[in-house]
Amino acid sequence: MTNIFHYIDRPSPIHALTGATKLICVLLWSFAAMLTYDTRLLAFMPLLSLGLFALSKIRVKDVSFMLGFTAAFMVLNNLTVFAISPQHGVTVYGSRHLVFASLGEMGRYTLTWEQLLYHANLILKYLSTIPIILLFVCTTDPSEFAASLNRVGVKYSVAYSVALALRYIPDIQLEYHEISQAQQARGIEMSKKEPLHKRLKSASAILIPLILSSMDRIETIANAMELRGFGKKKKRSWYMARPFTSRDCLAVGLGAALLLASLVLTQVNGSRYYNPFA
Amino acid sequence: MSDAILEISHFTFQYNAQAAPTLRDINLTVRRGEKVLIAGPSGCGKSTLIHAINGLIPSSYHGKMEGSCKVAGKETREQSIFEISRHVGTVLQDLDGQFIGLTVGEDIAFALENDCVETGEMRRRVAETAARVGIDSHLRHAPNELSGGQKQRVSLAGVMVDNVELLLFDEPLANLDPATGKQAIELIEEIRQQSGAAVIIVEHRLEDVLWRDVDRIVLLRDGRILADAPPDELLSSPLLRDNGIREPLYLTALRYAGVEITPDMAPRSIRTVELSGERQRKLRQWVQDTPQPRRACGGQELLRAENVEFTYPSGRKALQGVSLSVKKGELLAIVGCNGAGKSTFAKVVCGFETPQEGRILFRGEDMASLSIKERADRIGYVMQNPNQMISQTRIFDEVALGLRTRQVPEEEIKTRVEETLRICGLWPFRKWPVSALSFGQKKRVTIASILVLEPEIIILDEPTAGQDYRHYTDIMEFLTELNRRGITVVMITHDMHLILEYADRAVAFSGGEIIADDTAAHILTNGSVIERASLKETSLYDLALRCGIADATGFVQHFIDYEREVARK
Repeated sequence: MTNIFHYIDRPSPIHALTGATKLICVLLWSFAAMLTYDTRLLAFMPLLSLGLFALSKIRVKDVSFMLGFTAAFMVLNNLTVFAISPQHGVTVYGSRHLVFASLGEMGRYTLTWEQLLYHANLILKYLSTIPIILLFVCTTDPSEFAASLNRVGVKYSVAYSVALALRYIPDIQLEYHEISQAQQARGIEMSKKEPLHKRLKSASAILIPLILSSMDRIETIANAMELRGFGKKKKRSWYMARPFTSRDCLAVGLGAALLLASLVLTQVNGSRYYNPFA
Repeated sequence: MSDAILEISHFTFQYNAQAAPTLRDINLTVRRGEKVLIAGPSGCGKSTLIHAINGLIPSSYHGKMEGSCKVAGKETREQSIFEISRHVGTVLQDLDGQFIGLTVGEDIAFALENDCVETGEMRRRVAETAARVGIDSHLRHAPNELSGGQKQRVSLAGVMVDNVELLLFDEPLANLDPATGKQAIELIEEIRQQSGAAVIIVEHRLEDVLWRDVDRIVLLRDGRILADAPPDELLSSPLLRDNGIREPLYLTALRYAGVEITPDMAPRSIRTVELSGERQRKLRQWVQDTPQPRRACGGQELLRAENVEFTYPSGRKALQGVSLSVKKGELLAIVGCNGAGKSTFAKVVCGFETPQEGRILFRGEDMASLSIKERADRIGYVMQNPNQMISQTRIFDEVALGLRTRQVPEEEIKTRVEETLRICGLWPFRKWPVSALSFGQKKRVTIASILVLEPEIIILDEPTAGQDYRHYTDIMEFLTELNRRGITVVMITHDMHLILEYADRAVAFSGGEIIADDTAAHILTNGSVIERASLKETSLYDLALRCGIADATGFVQHFIDYEREVARK
């Protein structure tokens, strides 16, 4: 609960990269993974992220909750896709090869190799993107995050509001918890047994005090920031900023190479899909 | 005058939304290196004066300004707030609200970041300033890992990093326990001597600020300056008392004993006050003369905690082996520093948290199987900040809320709410919207909203925090009145005066354990308890020692009894 960023402070080459580098890499990486359905590239990226994980000293158990969550979501997503359009792969690849040819046609839900490949792509897409985002979250000091956003061109007032949110979310969570306890003592029930309109009314008994006290808080923060010169200049420096090193250049280069590969493959394949059936 | 850092003359200010000026014809000069205490009751214009000095007026708060207010020789209205903040550093009252950075280092660096100071230089200056206020070993800590006193040090470092010439403290003691408050006053003095900056402290806890010398006290009332004089002079006049400021306790005791307070006896501190043989004799006489009243308190046991242990999911052990008995009709204070377990104990009693070990009995019945709501019918809980409890727009509805959720018939709700409003002195305001009430009145509304459920015990978290002497007395007299009506009152507090003046019994927590359970006089004169519970010795104790009264605890008890039995009637 201490922070929505699950930063794990464990010195490693990945931790040593600046926050801005990691942010840029994650963006490049995600674009690369989003653009392509090329099975070869999608298979390569999870392998690469596995290597990066090993390098970062983040263990599977550190992120097991999020991985489990992602896995469940992935299974659900695949099942839904199959249930709704079991022949999507056929449309995509323009051919139709039955998995159980000896059994012949079995109506709408006949299993095809094309469909299986499509699902494999879906799964690989998850595996290409989620672990790298987790890696980013676990290895980026939240303090460095605002500085990184500012570095990649986000206005500092916007970047700082992200930092402020990170700073105050735990406080507000705690306050919500305390208010809801005190209101429960007065008989406000939040249980699911209550009908919806009653629950909405109960929620307002907690949210209204929370909002009002947050307003007080905002006035204090705004004053405190102004008194200490926030907004004085067009630019600001960052206490947590670190200089770019050759390591950072290398990382950004790698990210760019991936995106390039993704673009080139799309060009070569003539579509976003790699078609082994053609 | 070139050595004046602040020159205010004939300054009047009226907020746009207000019908009358909040500050009227203020004349105040503060020289470099000077230390000035501004005291005054709530609503006297203290906050407005601070805003006028640090530039939030006119930058954030708009209104009509007359006269002159110069910082570092230049009118504030001709400078931007950023220029003014180069000269004036403000430490606000809200320790959490003003902590902007995610960690100590970032927070101290905030002003430098905004000034575009290069990172290496910034790190050097942050380390240097952090060392000056003694927080350098915590640079990577997040605010939730710091105590109140540490947060205040961070705020101080955050304004000092700019080498300001005037430090402004808005009620620096309001959120600190007594021991930490004492250290804060010492730190402020140390910084003033080191840096040569002028210091303005706005605070109504006079005795605590006077722990270190101040040059002048400025008394503010209804937006005007009533007095601007050295402490010795002001403490000898009735002005402070007449205007809702509590005088130091040792002076009250001396007055009770018939000693006249004069400027030449240096009354500014218990260490300086001159106690001639005649004065000592009068004091010893006073102790003997007035008979000691005896109070009987042996009611039936209401609440009993047996060996309660509680560990938070994070692994922090908050309560260990806590056993406590509360009798009917008691007025009990629970004291101790932040994190000592006081609030956790209250939460466990109310059922917000479930203890791993031990039981809590109400009238001999184990409460383990009762829900939060059911416990609330027996034990009411009032939070520190009334804004955290109030959710209705009308006072009547707010007080009725708990009854409505319990499906009490509307007829009965009306009678019960009206009666409660009468008891709480809220009857004249019953038709008002909650938003029109003052902080103290809102506090009463929250107490009323709990009382209406007719609990036998009511637990209040810091009932007097942030209130001036008059509001403090109002609230405490009100609670005493409820107590006389048979309601058992348990207060979680840092307030030494509250413990001394109102509590029958005080229970001190430290490190999750109860370290003392005794009368207020015994607790406040016991050196080891004082240290472990982050309290401080009362000046009455020192007074007794200086007058050669051997039984200092008895002297403190006598003072308490005299206050309750004689002075207050």
